[in-house]
Amino acid sequence: MIDLIILFWTFLKIGAFTFGGGYAMLPLIQAEVLSHGWMDASSLLDFIAVSESTPGPFAVNIATYAGSVMGGIPGALSATLGVVLPSFIIILIVAKCFERFQNSEIVKGCMSGLKPAVVGLIGSAVISVGQTVFFSDGISPAVFRDTSFYASLFVFLTAAVLAFKKLHPILVICACAALGILLGYAGVLS
Amino acid sequence: MKERLKKAGQIFALFFKIGAFTFGGGYAMIPLIQREVAEKKKYITDGDILEIVAIAESTPGPIAINAATFVGFRICGFLGALAATVGVVLPSFAIILAVSFLLEKFQSIKVIQYAFNGIRAGVLALILKALWSMYRQCPKGIGAYLIMAAAFLMTAFFHVNVLLVIIGCALAGLCLWSAASAADCEKK
Repeated sequence: MIDLIILFWTFLKIGAFTFGGGYAMLPLIQAEVLSHGWMDASSLLDFIAVSESTPGPFAVNIATYAGSVMGGIPGALSATLGVVLPSFIIILIVAKCFERFQNSEIVKGCMSGLKPAVVGLIGSAVISVGQTVFFSDGISPAVFRDTSFYASLFVFLTAAVLAFKKLHPILVICACAALGILLGYAGVLS
Repeated sequence: MKERLKKAGQIFALFFKIGAFTFGGGYAMIPLIQREVAEKKKYITDGDILEIVAIAESTPGPIAINAATFVGFRICGFLGALAATVGVVLPSFAIILAVSFLLEKFQSIKVIQYAFNGIRAGVLALILKALWSMYRQCPKGIGAYLIMAAAFLMTAFFHVNVLLVIIGCALAGLCLWSAASAADCEKK
């Protein structure tokens, strides 16, 4: 029961502070999910890929997943309810006084700070995810002698080219999975 | 009342369909809403779509949820909002629930492990791409760059609580905005 309340409360916070789409909230989701020990850094990354390849917003998907892993179906229900509830309530309020909300100087001012903040937050996600991908055992000279480092770098650069050429994220993920399997059986990426 | 329930049922079905076909969340859903809800069903107008995007962007929460709740409310009040939100969440809820059971079973298989080794590097590239597109959408200026840098440094290197960073940046934006408006007033 306590666990269900913690799941609900944690994802309520995530739902209430998600601005600018899923990846912006990655630092918050990382902090909450990792500190509770619900997932480790690399399974969180695996799940991002799963979430990109299944329908639905990332914040909701991660809530359902973490909830299910921690507390089965009741867990999934409470985490998902938690992440959805803040937007549901806030939109109901905003929908009633839409004009006032849209012309509010306070909302405009806050948004002018939140937009660049989102860029900074995603930047921070790039650093922490980069660390998980390339230096999961910490940064040491040994890392640079391991072929896995260079194989990961190769996959990353390929994916970056594909992503910036506007290939659909699902196809980018499929390409990386194929490369991962090839390099894995070649014995250079493990 | 019966009429409203029927309408709510239709909204539920509509958003269930939209939820089942929105990959990658958020903005991917907007064209779908436009086609299904505005063009086909004429529940809302194209002008409403722009409002919905504006509202969804400036309120917290996933854009898909915000948009569904807002559209549902516009069409048929609280009942409509509830039907749309439950509808849009249900497909991903069911799919992810299934995935969570499967993923644990498959994770020990060698091929899957290799695949995910590649996928992790790919996810980094996708996040980098998201960073680039958010940066391009963001209004530029000294104030914006300072907030950007502060948010980045505080989260990445000083591990400040993200909620505090968000609240701080919103307040900083508000201060800069008010200062700019006051300066404008004086000029006039």
